[in-house]
Amino acid sequence: MEPVSLPALSRVAICGGTHGNEMSGVYLVRELQRQKLEKAGSATLTTVISNPRAVQVCKRYTDMDLNRCFTDAILSSPVTVATPYEVRRAQELNTLLGPKGKLGAVDLVCDLHNTTANMGLSLISYSVQDWVIMHIYRQVQRKITSAPVRFILLDLPLADVYSQDSLGKHGFSIEVGPQPHGVVRADIFNLMKEAVDQTLDWVQCFNSGSAFEGGEVDDVYTFVKSVYYPRDPETNQITAAIHPQVQDRDFCLLHPGDPMFLMFSGEIVKYEGEEVLHPFFVNECAYYEKSIAFHLARKMTVTIPPLQVKRD
Amino acid sequence: NTNVSCFHEARRVAIFGGTHGNEMSGVTLVNLWIQNGKEIHRKGVETKPFITNPRAVEKCTRYVDTDLNRAFTTENLSAPSGDDLPYEVQRAQQINEIFGPKGSPEAYDVIFDLHNTTSNMGCTLILESSKDHFNLQMMHYIKKAIAPDSCPVLLTEHPLLKYSTSRSVAKHPIGLEVGPQPQGVLRSNIFESMRVVLKHALDFIELFNEGLEFPPCTVDVFRVSEKMDYPRDTNGNIIAMVHPNLQDCDWEPLNPGDPMFQTFDGTTLRYEGAGTVYPTFINEAAYYEKQQAFVTTRRETLAAGAIKKT
Repeated sequence: MEPVSLPALSRVAICGGTHGNEMSGVYLVRELQRQKLEKAGSATLTTVISNPRAVQVCKRYTDMDLNRCFTDAILSSPVTVATPYEVRRAQELNTLLGPKGKLGAVDLVCDLHNTTANMGLSLISYSVQDWVIMHIYRQVQRKITSAPVRFILLDLPLADVYSQDSLGKHGFSIEVGPQPHGVVRADIFNLMKEAVDQTLDWVQCFNSGSAFEGGEVDDVYTFVKSVYYPRDPETNQITAAIHPQVQDRDFCLLHPGDPMFLMFSGEIVKYEGEEVLHPFFVNECAYYEKSIAFHLARKMTVTIPPLQVKRD
Repeated sequence: NTNVSCFHEARRVAIFGGTHGNEMSGVTLVNLWIQNGKEIHRKGVETKPFITNPRAVEKCTRYVDTDLNRAFTTENLSAPSGDDLPYEVQRAQQINEIFGPKGSPEAYDVIFDLHNTTSNMGCTLILESSKDHFNLQMMHYIKKAIAPDSCPVLLTEHPLLKYSTSRSVAKHPIGLEVGPQPQGVLRSNIFESMRVVLKHALDFIELFNEGLEFPPCTVDVFRVSEKMDYPRDTNGNIIAMVHPNLQDCDWEPLNPGDPMFQTFDGTTLRYEGAGTVYPTFINEAAYYEKQQAFVTTRRETLAAGAIKKT
């Protein structure tokens, strides 16, 4: 592939508490603020607690999920007395870190999340052709050996991307699990901190002119579809738990015929798709309200070009 | 030894789920059994599955106004009833009326209260009184039945740390605390192990009611000792996490000098007690607001005399 040169990343934002009960990001942002970390080499660093009201009550959100409020449509919707708190806050964050899609936006947004799923360290973004993000992923994957590191692609046009990381010119989420919501585990916190440190390290190297060679990155997973909990048609109650062979086995293979759910009555519900896919976000607490048991992904490898900062 | 304590048949047994609305194993089991109680049916026993905090269950939250599992104080139960009382206090009064009154001969014989914890406590049985020989014998039976899997017994008999639980309305209250499981999440393995423990408990009651005499036995327990809070700054903010060496090590010895907390910038803080303790409820989500990182316990062996029904 042809080498690529891109502008320096002079403004970087680290966001925690986008979901108020995902504690690693909350404590990490507070720790960065306590240490008064304002620069990463030549880049300025902004740290934000994205949803302070939700953090205050240690809940995912107060009115609606903040991390679904960053579509172009919601960001430009008029504010009335009935507007949910999180929509107003998203528009505030768009002013602070954006405007999304415009020249004034920060160069890089890194949004910190936890999951109850056994996902290790996952970097999540909406494009596999943002070479800044792909090179950051490659560095994080090479340097971090204490947990599996993977990339998840939610392929959407920018206008429809609903997550906070889309505010920056480049953006991604760091998702670390498993951790119960409302809890801070030292091992999970330290893993997230390592990922943030590697990200800022890469930014500094990039800005100071390092050349990053091209190549292949693997363990890239593309969202295909969601799998829903089985429910009783009369009572609408969930009638099964995720099967022990899928529970805690995020990113492993799910073949046609493999068990998916264990009914409370003892029967097994099997995967009846035709394609071998990889479950992830297996048994994420926040997805019960959408009735989602897990997502399924296709695994792929991505070729990335050599990358260097653009010199004026 | 011909000393046999006689107890009345345990005829009225309740199984409480949803005392904390986001502890899903108990909510799910009780809802299942309300629909179809076949699994919990035992000859000569009336087993009543019951959702204690339906509003909290509906919102999938621990509680609405106040923790129901701390609400069964004498003061609350004897307060004049009214809509201005916190929801859970009203609920405690209702539950006391149905399953109590607490301390009276009319109270239910046995109440099992189903809980989950984010701590790695396995299948823990919670005992409120060291003198309840019926409960001790039941716990001994359960431990034997699930061996080689273990079933630690936590004794909460403590002048300051004991709290007024929903199950305390019964003559023989038993807490089932199974973890680790995140709040709001249902794990199959946790669900099935709680189900199995309850099955053995009900088998014990059935055998007891049939007239079986249980010989004297001993039960190893962990007696609660001291509540340990997170280190905090002058504003009350937590400044350290449970240390990786202590995390998930419920019921394992913590010796003086062992790592206990780790600050956010990596410094280790060590346990400075006088002797070895056995921590539990390590990093329970609900206890951050109760200023508890873990609780220390000490090992003890309790003796239970022989028992049989009157």
